[in-house]
Amino acid sequence: MNDPYRQDPALLRGMTQRRLGRRDAFRLAGLSAAGLALAACGVQGKGAARPSSSAQAQSEVEKYWSGKTKNGHVDFANWPLYMDPKQPELKQFTQQTGITVTYKEVIQDNPSWFAKIQPQLAAGQSIDYDLMVVTNGLHFTQLVQLGYLVPLDHAKLPNFTANAGERYKNESFDPGNVYSIPWASGMTGIAYNPKYVDTPPTSMADLWNPKYKGKVGMMSDSQEIANFGLFALGIDPDTSTEADWQKAAAKLQEQRDAGIVRKYYDQAYIDPLAKGDIWLTMAWSGDVFQKNVSDGTDLKFVIPQEGATIWTDNMMIPKTATNPVDAIMLMDFFYDVNVAGHLAEYINYVTPVPAAKDVIAADAAKATGADKKLLEQVSTSSLVFPSAEDYAKLRSYKNFKTPQEQKKFESIFQAITTA
Amino acid sequence: MSRLRASLTPYLLLFPGTLWLAIFFVIPTVVMLSLSLQSGDVVNGYAFTFNWHSYVDGISTYHDQIIRSLVYGLFSTLIQIVIGFPVAYWIAFKGGSRKSVYLFLLLLPFLVSFVLRTISWQFFLSDNGMLLGPLKSMGLVPQDFHILATSAAVIGGLAYNFLPFMILPMYVALERIDPRVLEAAQDLYASKVQTFLRVVLPLSLPGVFAGVLMTFVPATSDYVNASVLGGTSNTMIGNVIQNQFLINQDYPTASALSFTLMALLLVGIFAYARALGTEDVLEVAAR
Repeated sequence: MNDPYRQDPALLRGMTQRRLGRRDAFRLAGLSAAGLALAACGVQGKGAARPSSSAQAQSEVEKYWSGKTKNGHVDFANWPLYMDPKQPELKQFTQQTGITVTYKEVIQDNPSWFAKIQPQLAAGQSIDYDLMVVTNGLHFTQLVQLGYLVPLDHAKLPNFTANAGERYKNESFDPGNVYSIPWASGMTGIAYNPKYVDTPPTSMADLWNPKYKGKVGMMSDSQEIANFGLFALGIDPDTSTEADWQKAAAKLQEQRDAGIVRKYYDQAYIDPLAKGDIWLTMAWSGDVFQKNVSDGTDLKFVIPQEGATIWTDNMMIPKTATNPVDAIMLMDFFYDVNVAGHLAEYINYVTPVPAAKDVIAADAAKATGADKKLLEQVSTSSLVFPSAEDYAKLRSYKNFKTPQEQKKFESIFQAITTA
Repeated sequence: MSRLRASLTPYLLLFPGTLWLAIFFVIPTVVMLSLSLQSGDVVNGYAFTFNWHSYVDGISTYHDQIIRSLVYGLFSTLIQIVIGFPVAYWIAFKGGSRKSVYLFLLLLPFLVSFVLRTISWQFFLSDNGMLLGPLKSMGLVPQDFHILATSAAVIGGLAYNFLPFMILPMYVALERIDPRVLEAAQDLYASKVQTFLRVVLPLSLPGVFAGVLMTFVPATSDYVNASVLGGTSNTMIGNVIQNQFLINQDYPTASALSFTLMALLLVGIFAYARALGTEDVLEVAAR
């Protein structure tokens, strides 16, 4: 079993001690004051162990939550386009509970969000948000390892317990939802513009097709692009080894060298796709749908036969939150079947609440005209409610056991994307 | 008492500027220098270990991007001189009473954010966009022709974005030329070309120098143009540094690369000052 959080304690101790030892040696050697001044600029980091038993986890939960009370306000940090701008869900929440919510779309991507909050969390200061949404992956793992997240009290999450889909209760990156519960999931697959691509792509091989020379977009994120290289070779990212990464990198290098790739995008691939600068590209499922709705484009999204990546954006409470009780109430509120249904109708990403399907179908039955068609589309969409066969093709990101492993991985794939 | 005050005055005048530089330049630079010599990772923390390998590894991995950035910076600066000099010359000598209007027009694009301007270029230059769409439908350029995702697009973007910084110092230098000097040249039977080459051009060089200083440095370290207008083979060192800082959280490598770039630029500037025969770089730049 791959458990990214259970680092070998001996290794951890060994690393920290050697480093401390060296630092001491410098002091003893009586380095110049300048040297000491430089050394004083060290960046603090502190690994926190994941609770090793359920009893220990329970005591952590009790320790944190005892004495915490409702304050009547939540500051919520989320990603753009992740809620109807009119925020009907939040209004309903305020009506029901009297808790006001400040909702800010401040998270553009995981790395820069992590870089922004890390210094404050390391210093034990508030980040001004009580609730935030972070994707599973490197930064989520680091938030857990650094002990920056509040262990969730499941007694305060009755809706989640009752309504969350089974697979969302046991995700490999946070088994048992100790620190997080999903906001929404999505797939990384292939999007294409039918104006330029006649034969719909069905497999990874289409991204390597010389016919599309200079018109293929790939993602610059190491984990995203690595998965596509691995899928193309028929390797499951989760069990992949360094040798597999090298092979995948060679495959991706081949694609780059042949001039097929137009650009490695961070996330701004959807406009070039709509404009025809690129014809097909790696893409996130919901983006394609939202672009079609907002701009009237006719972009298509497919899950290639070899497989695709599924990722989950998760709600979590930072350790320094000032209103944790209000935050956990809001988290649970989104697991109300009706709320989850209405949210999915708007954002069109996979909802962790399977029963939301009936809510959307019921809304569709009530609606008329274009709305009806749209809602019917959503309730039957495999991008919002993937079937069992879809799920069988979907794989997660690679979980890393050590920072060294992660560094190796990054360097292999960034050699392609940032050359 | 008044003598004491008089001798203190220069220091008091310098105090705000010195404080500003100390807090926002000296301290971050020292922190970054320290970071570049540390080792570790973000989970376990970074510690100072005199780990100069970050420099060796950084340079050996990313020398292509460093060289590419210097080349892009150089070309964009040359383009700016070629475009900017006539503009500065025209405003200074032919602008008449509307000089300030022309200068204002020159600065007008700066009221729009840097990133937004670059993105609008992306729109303008896109494969089927406002420029190439009509050209392609008229059959003037081949269907698969594109400007975006090429070196030319990135260099063009850099030249466009920093152009006013090149024109303004050149304009200042040209504007200061005493018209009587030009009259004197004519009185001595110099042709217009001779006047330009032997009087105007030498007198404008400090302005060109300052312009180069203000554009070559930011153009070389820029990352916005490469990420918005570039393709797979246009990554500049600024993109790498941003990537190392924000995505990999490899602060030592990012800092080491920043210092390497800083050192290269400083060496380049002083060599350039030597070549121009101006020893006192700072004095010239301040003019």
